[in-house]
Amino acid sequence: MDPIALSLANALVGNARDEAALEVTVIGPQLAFDEDTLVALCGAEFDGNLPNNRPLRVPAGSQLNVGHAVRGARAYLAVAGGFGVEPVLGSRSTFIPGGFGGLQGRALRHGDVLPLRDGLASARFDSLKKTRDGSVRWSAPPLTLPDREPVLLHVIEGQHYRGFDAASQRAFYDAVWRISPDSNRMGFRLAGPPLAREESGEILSGPTCLGTVQVPANGVPIVLMADHQTTGGYPRIAEIASADVPRLAQLAPGGTVHFARCDLGLAAELRHHLGERVSAALRGIAWNYGQ
Amino acid sequence: MARVFRPKAIHPLGDCAAYIEFSEELDLEVNAVLQRLANLVHARAQPWLRDVVPALGGLALHFDPDHPGVHGDSLQASANLVAECLKQLDPAAEEAPRTVEVPVCYAPEFAPDIDEVAKKTQLSVGEVAELHAAGDYRVLMIGFAPGHAYMGGLDRKLAVPRRAAPRAVVAAGAVAIANDQTVVYPYAISGGWNVIGCTPLAVFDAGREEPSLFAAGDRVRFHAVSKEDFLKMRG
Repeated sequence: MDPIALSLANALVGNARDEAALEVTVIGPQLAFDEDTLVALCGAEFDGNLPNNRPLRVPAGSQLNVGHAVRGARAYLAVAGGFGVEPVLGSRSTFIPGGFGGLQGRALRHGDVLPLRDGLASARFDSLKKTRDGSVRWSAPPLTLPDREPVLLHVIEGQHYRGFDAASQRAFYDAVWRISPDSNRMGFRLAGPPLAREESGEILSGPTCLGTVQVPANGVPIVLMADHQTTGGYPRIAEIASADVPRLAQLAPGGTVHFARCDLGLAAELRHHLGERVSAALRGIAWNYGQ
Repeated sequence: MARVFRPKAIHPLGDCAAYIEFSEELDLEVNAVLQRLANLVHARAQPWLRDVVPALGGLALHFDPDHPGVHGDSLQASANLVAECLKQLDPAAEEAPRTVEVPVCYAPEFAPDIDEVAKKTQLSVGEVAELHAAGDYRVLMIGFAPGHAYMGGLDRKLAVPRRAAPRAVVAAGAVAIANDQTVVYPYAISGGWNVIGCTPLAVFDAGREEPSLFAAGDRVRFHAVSKEDFLKMRG
């Protein structure tokens, strides 16, 4: 859901950017470690007993409590060397609706044992600069956490935008939208004014993308997130600029957002700006690894 | 097909994809050509292209908009690629599609909506099953879920709308109908179509060499099997 936070967590433990990690949403697990491990938690700030945004050396026999999110909604727990879970269709990710991937195609539960792929990778800690008490004196920046709400999301006009009536078009941009409780990794439902189309009749099913905002007949917009379906039959009013989607992923139900128009040129600038901040953070981490 | 096959419009789909639209309505000829076009685009293996998704009336190109290969204009790069592939394509050439045979058990315990469909269409339950199995179907699109095939060619006599409220859980392999199409649910999920039977075949298996039983463009035929045979086949 937040690939930026995932990249940073992996970099902090010396992994490839897209190595599989645990996605922790709002309430974190308690973990017992049977081997010396090097871990990092990035994304939302959690109030448990591991530091946020720093690598942490965890000796065999320790227990960690991730705690509850106090800012943001999702964090990624990476382990040096990665998890020893068999890839399915080229990925270690879990696809819960289909019941495949990850650990037995389901969310993790109490009692699950996760094998580590490379037990020796915890020794990476020895090459880190400015260490203290099993962690470090520096941290990675939280690039996707909201500093204020409603979170501003730039959107590109969707194919069916013009088919909505004038009042709905205005309401889409004027309203403060609240993420509903019936939201998940497939899509976030937004509570706010109902959006109505000028013309009736169904549209032909078409392709969707991450960040597509679709509006079914009941007028309640749904923003498609990481597990979204590839095609859909609901009108598409807008698509969120790709650079802004990770910030939306840091909201839990109750969080609020606000849409602003953008064109492809601005979307490109937003990508480049975010890309530069991510590169700078990764360079900083690499430097602390002596690279 | 004498008509010239050309995109009607190119719509941005966010900043990392484009929708190349050929038809706003369901047109089986257009859909068939689309599948071949999508295969050609995919085969070109452009380094900036992440995915090609054929839908009912057009196809989506998902790309890396910052890749040097798009020369700063991903919509134009997409349009150019499609235009080049269209030149390669002979719309009049008939390709023999693969045929997938699907056994279906239409027995009441696998067909929770068949009574309602029979009532609405003023047919007997047996006639509903017969008409469904007699059809010659084409896979128009894979969408909604991995391996979920939208199939056109449902007999007009069986046209019923989607259920007013979707079921929380539809069984894996459930065969369902709505309007002019039929689908087979790849795994247990919520679904709003009218369930009239079930197949013992594994519609989607992530561990299989070809995970999806169906591919867009396939021809599909259903045939009725007894509950006994259904249980044997499912294992």
